[in-house]
Amino acid sequence: MNTLRMKSWSPYVVGALIGVLSWFSFATADKPLGITTAFEYTAALTERAVTPGLAQTNEYYRDPEKSPKVDWEWMLVVGVFIGAFMSSKLSNDRTSQTVPPLWAWRFGDSTAKRFTGAFFGGALMMFGARLAGGCTSGHGISGALQLAVSSWIFVLLLFASGVATAFLIYGKEGANRVRSNQ
Amino acid sequence: MFDPISKLLLGLATGMVFGFLLQKGRAAKFHVIIGQFLLKDWTVVKIMATAVAVGTVGVYALVSMGVATLHIKPALLGGVLLGGVLFGAGLAVFGYCPGTSVAASGEGRRDAMVGVVGMLFGAGVYVALYPALQPIIKGLADWGKITLPQATSLSPWAWVAGVVVAITTGLLALARLSTGRQSV
Repeated sequence: MNTLRMKSWSPYVVGALIGVLSWFSFATADKPLGITTAFEYTAALTERAVTPGLAQTNEYYRDPEKSPKVDWEWMLVVGVFIGAFMSSKLSNDRTSQTVPPLWAWRFGDSTAKRFTGAFFGGALMMFGARLAGGCTSGHGISGALQLAVSSWIFVLLLFASGVATAFLIYGKEGANRVRSNQ
Repeated sequence: MFDPISKLLLGLATGMVFGFLLQKGRAAKFHVIIGQFLLKDWTVVKIMATAVAVGTVGVYALVSMGVATLHIKPALLGGVLLGGVLFGAGLAVFGYCPGTSVAASGEGRRDAMVGVVGMLFGAGVYVALYPALQPIIKGLADWGKITLPQATSLSPWAWVAGVVVAITTGLLALARLSTGRQSV
């Protein structure tokens, strides 16, 4: 119980347990851990419900590889929210932060500015994930551990692009403001 | 529209463990993720690399026992290259990746919640533009659902062993480098 109340665990322990969790998901559901397909399916179901006319002409809905529904992965995403909530509750590691300090140092403490950045940053990220067919979980962990060629290309590119963008935004001065952690 | 309830509950339970671990790993925090991309905080790399090293052994064992099958995403170069670049850029602006943004929302972070709504918007744009995007996604080469062992005609176990050794070596070197830096 004390362990569950700790604010943080070693990243190696967390990583190893995520590795074991991937065995579990393959063994029990024959599925890799992934997040973004559920977002795509939610958007597809919503668009079909709101604009059925447009959906009829969109070949997306006739693609045999696409079957938008509430499935195992959709519930996985709900579970991630609940699991993180429970963990942060147990360790009293909760926050209602709107503007992270490093962002505030660079862009000021306007909530509207931060929310705009978060919204469009999140949108761009998800658009990229669906173009590539996966994210940090689906490609970065699940795809890489399956030794998929597509996933290793994706993960190397995302790190290169992420590092370049982060330095463009925050620069060396911003980097020096991040407390070095192990 | 819905999977059977047992499968939904299994997904929910798996996700709860995943979210619990992401939060305990401090991966649901803006400064940890941006710290990684500014090459100051290596938590994210340590978690991902360890997960891959541990995961690859077990998953290839399950596949060879016939219990599970591989789910390889196709190497459609146009989609993977453009997607990887846009993903990294969006991630650096947002400060959370898809899984960790959901975990960060569970931790209470308001900016992550707004970004999750933005992610739904981005997914909607993708679905709406799906027909027009096909030439871009499939425009460059399509290498198919190929793995590194297949691409190199080597045994999967040679690759599994190689990846485990490479990751272990890399993480040990990283740990030594940072203890050196901290003692300064």
